[in-house]
Amino acid sequence: MSGGHSSYTPNTGIEKWVDARLPLPRLIYDSFVAYPVPRNLNYAYAFGGILAIMLVAQIITGVVLAMHYAAETGLAFNSVEKIMRDVNSGWLLRYLHSNGASMFFLAVWVHIFRGLYYGSYKAPRELLWILGVIILLLMMATAFMGYVLPWGQMSFWGATVITGFFTAFPIIGDPIQQLLLGGFAVDNPTLNRFFSLHYLLPFMIAGVVILHVWALHVTGQTNPTGIEVKSKTDTVAFTPYATIKDAFALSLFLILFAYFVFYMPNYMGHPDNYIPADSLKTPAHIVPEWYFLPFYAMLRAITFNIGPINSKLGGVLTMFGSIAILFVVPWLDTSKVRSAVYRPWYKLFFWIFVANAIMLGWLGSRPAEGIYTILSQLGTAFYFGFFIIIMPLLGLIETPRRIPNSITEAVLAKTKSGGQPAGVAAAPETKG
Amino acid sequence: MKKILLGLAAAGLGTMLAFGGGAFAEEAAHNAAEPTHFPIKHPEQMKWSFAGPFGTYDKQQLQRGLKIYKEVCSACHSMKLVAFRSLSELGYSEAQVKAFAAEYEVKDGPNAEGEMFTRKAIPADHFPAPFANEQAAAAANNGAAPPDFSLIAKARAVERGFPQFLIDIFWGQYQEGGPDYIHALLTGFGETPPEGMKIPEGTHYNPYFIAAKSLAMAQPLQDGQVTYDDGSPQTLAQYSKDVSAFLMWAAEPHLEDRKKTGFRVMIFLVLFAGLLYVAKRRIWADIEH
Ligand code: HEC
Ligand code: HEM
Repeated sequence: MSGGHSSYTPNTGIEKWVDARLPLPRLIYDSFVAYPVPRNLNYAYAFGGILAIMLVAQIITGVVLAMHYAAETGLAFNSVEKIMRDVNSGWLLRYLHSNGASMFFLAVWVHIFRGLYYGSYKAPRELLWILGVIILLLMMATAFMGYVLPWGQMSFWGATVITGFFTAFPIIGDPIQQLLLGGFAVDNPTLNRFFSLHYLLPFMIAGVVILHVWALHVTGQTNPTGIEVKSKTDTVAFTPYATIKDAFALSLFLILFAYFVFYMPNYMGHPDNYIPADSLKTPAHIVPEWYFLPFYAMLRAITFNIGPINSKLGGVLTMFGSIAILFVVPWLDTSKVRSAVYRPWYKLFFWIFVANAIMLGWLGSRPAEGIYTILSQLGTAFYFGFFIIIMPLLGLIETPRRIPNSITEAVLAKTKSGGQPAGVAAAPETKG
Repeated sequence: MKKILLGLAAAGLGTMLAFGGGAFAEEAAHNAAEPTHFPIKHPEQMKWSFAGPFGTYDKQQLQRGLKIYKEVCSACHSMKLVAFRSLSELGYSEAQVKAFAAEYEVKDGPNAEGEMFTRKAIPADHFPAPFANEQAAAAANNGAAPPDFSLIAKARAVERGFPQFLIDIFWGQYQEGGPDYIHALLTGFGETPPEGMKIPEGTHYNPYFIAAKSLAMAQPLQDGQVTYDDGSPQTLAQYSKDVSAFLMWAAEPHLEDRKKTGFRVMIFLVLFAGLLYVAKRRIWADIEH
């Protein structure tokens, strides 16, 4: 995939035979063994690999759950409970899958924030970034539909609220909603098509991930300095260096995952989803899963009409816009410097952006009234202001710090200031 | 230029602070006679044998809780997802489970003649419901159907609020909101409503009720109502604890198994992570990064 020349040499007869017919081992060797990665990657760069593992984990647990699940409104809730009570290790499967979705999103948010911090979206990685945003959209659709499947109160009412967004659009809104629902309200046809799509989308995600990794291997990874790889001393081989570091990071992530699965499996869920769906009883507060809360807060922040756009449509546009804007981030950032490490002001605003996103998440879980609405409006304004005003403006007016000439120079300067003797600049394999 | 940037940054930080302050103000504002946020009072946090990483169910307690369910609550509340056979997990022998099930009648059929019939329950049957359907249940209870008990301990939890919900993750490892709520509800009937509060007819004031100021259920348990044969105190406080623990078991029968498996998984993962860390250190030892 790396586009460059291959360093794979088949040794045994079998290897040569396969290599002449389908050079898959060569592809794997070039992509995951010999592939050069910057030597200065930190643990923020481990989340891509973690995401890949989480995707596989979700698919495996999901396929097994589907063997026991019944997508019919009269049976769905109890079939999930049967998994929890009677299927061997069924409780483990289900808790892995439901908490796995949360951990998947936790990882993807860190992964995206990493990208925003180190300017990973900047040329020549625009397509890589855009593929990432497509993955994010597919993940959101998958998670939303998955949450409907257990057919609890939040499943049902969440589906009702979210599909209701589409009615905000003039003319096309109602037909779209009816197509999603398979009728005029959330019912059996909705559940059936959501199940079908929930099974399909992860495989589409897997397809886009392949493109994403392909694009990554064409441009190579960024690194905390934001300087492109210039010489061989800037990189190390993927295996063993990146493999062992990623494996260690993954094991820490799995500890967190296991902690939730075994000790707090219902912490991230909503109690109402243990009540079977009832179309006649609306829950007091309808809230989405935690990883959607910031977007939910922005949706509800638009309480006023803007010209011909009423508040409902405005809210929906704001919510979709908050994701859509990510697509154009590569062109909103005008800075010549890639990494926030050398951009003091961008760094500051980046951390405010993170804090703002967390606050919006919290506001999304509050009722939409009084002070909460005002705060959501301020938070939404900052969210968009960050992309539309701060990003383009900072690139023009900010004075970046001095940038080292190469990754190797940056690494050696760091070790020197850390008090350790500097190595021989040209030979990273010999520690000075 | 710097000043403008600094101003913007300060504005951002100011907003953040406003978030916090405003939120507390919002939570605090309420009218005692006509509250709008429920529950009026937060449940007291109790000590449960099944809490924490090594928690296990107290079988004696579950047996007492079952007795309360059977003698009191089951007159109104169903528990449809729980099979009699699972009662063996409370420490009953197979014969005892069989005898327990046989005390219930369940509907079965059709038989060879095409007729429905009732028969004695067997361990594979589930607890039968006290009412034929939800409408009948509601009609008999002032219009509010008593909820099914199979999952009630996981289907109710009072919000813990900020910052407690964060502390709960690692400090408290708090997953007992359900039993705490049920216990608080059962012991919370005696209180008199604040002055000026109107209680709708046919409902009973309870400041711990999660959805309103009063509910359609009257106080179901009183001191001395159920006879215990293991010498435990026959008080409302004890009854409430026991039945809440039992309902937690009904909602999460594999809790012990989960925590035990979890401990093994954690030990494995921590050792594995340690080994990977050592390996990583060695592999990277001669590379400055
Ligand atoms: C006489 C019938 C009756 C009996 C006996 C009874 N309940 Fe209830 N219970 C109800 C009704 C009716 C409701 C619904 C109240 C409402 O929603 O207003 C209810 C609701 C509840 C709730 C749910 C409250 C909520 O948050 O929605 C709990 C918990 C509960 N009962 C516990 C018990 C326990 C424990 C017992 C046995 C000790 C018991 N009940 C015995 C009638 C009864
Ligand atoms: C299923 C979800 C995803 C998987 C499995 C995945 C996988 C990966 C992997 C393995 C890497 C390389 C390791 C790394 O640099 O962290 C990577 C890099 C990257 N990903 Fe993703 N990703 C996913 C979602 C996303 C999303 C949603 C975005 C952004 C919106 C994104 C943006 C990027 C970018 C920009 C890079 C290049 C990083 C760099 O070199 O700076 N990814 N991804």
